[in-house]
Amino acid sequence: MSETKSAAAPSPAGLGRGRGLTKARNVLVSLFTNPYNVISLVSIVVLVYLIVVPLGEIVGTTFRWQPKDSRLVEGAVPGAFTTYHWKAMFSGDTARAMLWEPLANSLSVALCVSALSLLLGGLIAWLVTRTDLPCRGFFSFLVLVPYMLPSWYKALAWITVFKNERVGGNPGFLAAIFGWSPPDWLAYGFVPTVLTLSIHYYAFAYLLISSALSSIGGDLEEMGEIAGASRLTILRRITFPLVLPAVLSAFILTFSRAIGTFGVPAFLGLKVNYYTISTMLYASVRNRQTVQAYILSLVLILIAVFTVYLNQAMIGKRKSYTTIGGKGTRKNLVSLGKWRRPILAALVAFMVVAIIFPVAVLLLESFLERDGIYRLDNLTLHYWAGASKPSIAEGESGIFRNAAIWRALGTTMKLVLAASVIATFVGLVLGYVISRGRKKASGRLIDQVSFLPYLIPSIAFGAIYLSMFSRPRLFIPALYGSLGILVLISVVKYLPFSVRAGTSNMMQIGTELEEAAMVEGASFGRRFRKIVMPLAGKGFLSGFILIFISAMKELDLIVLLMTPATQTLAAATYSYAEGGYHQFSDAVITVIVAIIMIVYVLAAKIGKVDMSKGLGG
Amino acid sequence: MSRIEISKVNKYYGEVHVLKDLDLVVEDGDFMTLLGPSGCGKTTTLRVIAGLEAPRSGTLRIGGQLAADGEVSFNLPPAKRGVNLVFQSYALWPHMTVFDNVAFGLQIKKAPKPLIKEKVTGALGRLHIAEFAERYPSELSGGQQQRVAIARSIVSEPRVLLLDEPLSNLDAKLRIEMRSELKRLHQELKTTVVYVTHDQVEALTMSTKIAVFFEGRLVQADTPKGIYGNPVDIRVADFIGNPKINFIGCECSRDGDTMVVDSVLGRMALGNVASRNARFGSIGVEPASCGAASILAVRPEHVHVGREPSPGAVRCRIYSALPAGSETLIQAAVNGDTIMAKVIGQAEFGQDEEAWLSLQQDKLNVYDKASGRIALGALA
Repeated sequence: MSETKSAAAPSPAGLGRGRGLTKARNVLVSLFTNPYNVISLVSIVVLVYLIVVPLGEIVGTTFRWQPKDSRLVEGAVPGAFTTYHWKAMFSGDTARAMLWEPLANSLSVALCVSALSLLLGGLIAWLVTRTDLPCRGFFSFLVLVPYMLPSWYKALAWITVFKNERVGGNPGFLAAIFGWSPPDWLAYGFVPTVLTLSIHYYAFAYLLISSALSSIGGDLEEMGEIAGASRLTILRRITFPLVLPAVLSAFILTFSRAIGTFGVPAFLGLKVNYYTISTMLYASVRNRQTVQAYILSLVLILIAVFTVYLNQAMIGKRKSYTTIGGKGTRKNLVSLGKWRRPILAALVAFMVVAIIFPVAVLLLESFLERDGIYRLDNLTLHYWAGASKPSIAEGESGIFRNAAIWRALGTTMKLVLAASVIATFVGLVLGYVISRGRKKASGRLIDQVSFLPYLIPSIAFGAIYLSMFSRPRLFIPALYGSLGILVLISVVKYLPFSVRAGTSNMMQIGTELEEAAMVEGASFGRRFRKIVMPLAGKGFLSGFILIFISAMKELDLIVLLMTPATQTLAAATYSYAEGGYHQFSDAVITVIVAIIMIVYVLAAKIGKVDMSKGLGG
Repeated sequence: MSRIEISKVNKYYGEVHVLKDLDLVVEDGDFMTLLGPSGCGKTTTLRVIAGLEAPRSGTLRIGGQLAADGEVSFNLPPAKRGVNLVFQSYALWPHMTVFDNVAFGLQIKKAPKPLIKEKVTGALGRLHIAEFAERYPSELSGGQQQRVAIARSIVSEPRVLLLDEPLSNLDAKLRIEMRSELKRLHQELKTTVVYVTHDQVEALTMSTKIAVFFEGRLVQADTPKGIYGNPVDIRVADFIGNPKINFIGCECSRDGDTMVVDSVLGRMALGNVASRNARFGSIGVEPASCGAASILAVRPEHVHVGREPSPGAVRCRIYSALPAGSETLIQAAVNGDTIMAKVIGQAEFGQDEEAWLSLQQDKLNVYDKASGRIALGALA
């Protein structure tokens, strides 16, 4: 299929014309009527326009004087080249507050989160894949639940429980019930940020390590046993080295995601002036310090690029053992012996703390007329279904009667459906081009460019698109304030996942199936519709569900692009929490969690969708 | 008319030169088998004929009509060539029933429904799978899937039917059954067939012509008998035949119409060189001249092993005798060389027994060692 697609009207021989001319004409005709080439070309242009150009523009902006600089800095010529902004950012008066401290916070948070996630995820992965722990199948489903829910809902729950008098307002759960006011370090900032993020990202480590563990043939360990090694020696000398690449990968990838996360440090840090790069970036955009925001975005991107590069460099193909050994070999499960029950209890307790407790706390709070007062006579349904009462929350009515929330629900559903359908379809088309062009430069280029959004943390991506598409651009009207920009950024940001899903989907459809249709005279459109699409159907569903869930919980990506008219449920939660209307944000997030859980369970039960591939978000 | 003419075709995959100056003519109604080891270019040739690959240079004509011209990057789309193809993997669409698989091409051509039904039913009937019309491919056995793939390819009555190793995924018994099925089909339909295989038995049993490929070059295009009896290249001689042909190093010299061959089997004077080599002219091969470094090739069935000395026989020692019911394979050591003989019936020889070995001289081929080309052919 490589070189010859249906040339529209090639001419066999140039009568009266030079053969060279005929050749040129035939080459051009086949180049531009070959759907593969046309799609590749369009894909490359669009990807470059949506990913590479914005990156280039913000880099350029940081090296140019801005119009407002001429009022602040002497000798500044708007548009001219300067390194002033970078110098000021890295060594100026505000460098410490704007860059170094947030950077130190981001790095220490990311490091601790990665280490803790690895410990938790690795331990649970080993328990679930390699021991005789009861109900392992159930746990393997349950451990992924925290990852399906937004990371910041755990931060909300944390605040609800640990809030002290420092930020004012009503007391938290602990203060109200036990009269114990938690110290600041436990209530805000570093410690809670690390803990809540770890309870989110451990699932990432779990996924990578458990798939590595289950792909090691049991015979490798049995061989060690035959050689006379003790269980600990086997673990240390055989099992651990084999999963080491996965462990390293998990560490680095968790790091690259945790470094740019916004929601959790925003909920837990902003009120006490604990900044990370991402929250500082958010604050800069809000303060209209665009160039500073860009530089912070670039810092985040550089760190992410560096970590992913590190991953590639340290874990080359040679050290990847994950395919060694057959899956079919019977595994000798490690007997936990007398530890079986205590470990089971600990795991159940962990699940309760990680999943049930936050949901329960937030749900409970949503029924309190005044937050922080845990008494029966304080219970109310007002925040759910109450009519507007001037005495409560400045007359805001319960979410089920609140037109703004219904609108946000509508916006969310429109956004999530549009983004997941478009992203999955684009993923399929690009996956088609990549899988059919693996040996061509165009296929590899598309593969690489579509991976770029992975390296751009969501909040930085939002900042870039905010400036890119707030004014009309080539063929694209000003999108700021429309649903369009939210759909666009979601589709682009989820490309790495949808394209990978699409590629592996397309790899399973042999080219011969298409060639057979070509021989019968089916056009490209017909082949795609009649052969490729029906066969890609199942993969389409699972890709769709994964992006649906990721988009449903998305806050970081769209928080900067939101306007009141295009508020989503996640953003409504954020703005209620920011305004101190905790019960409202609790109620809204409960709705989000409910929707995600329903979709997750339905997808796993009915669609047989493998969630373990959902490394998004 | 469906004569296929391939002329000076070159094809590259990236830097790899996969077809080298290919010239091949498939006459109307031929069953032409492209034979060779994997990677020799036979499948690529088939895909060029189908229109799935474009040649870089050279031309392809089907039924007199230009189908591809590398010089001007002209390549007629597959569907306009009047060809159809059976893939090695069958390439049945798993989401369509057998009927829909076979009907697909006719639907594309917008044939009227009753006609489609009639033709599809006819094709399925011809391959004895009419009762599976409403099944899905995954509900069929490998042999049945194979029949569906063939039905799909013949339903549109192509001028040329191309088959890419269609039997390689079947078990031995089914393979023999499908061989005779395909041979019958060819004679009934009277289409031109181009068939790719690496299985020499398939090639020898089914074809009217065989084209043997090595490393992107067509080495010999000939009748099965010619390929077996008179391989023009030592690689062809080595590739065809089971058990393998015997190669014996020799020296040879020409004396008028006689060729004198010296080897471990002694001196042989082989006469009638002109008539032995006569047929090579008709297939466009120029015999090599022979010299000090030559190779004598003899098929095991043309080696005679006996207990009594006879004129021209040399003394040998039985290395092993392997009786296999209808025939016996004997390995005999002669002056340091080992020669394989195939004897019909059960030949009782003990290990290390002494015996006498002779060759059927009119069936010998002699090759030039340096070029591997034929110097002296066997009498047909």
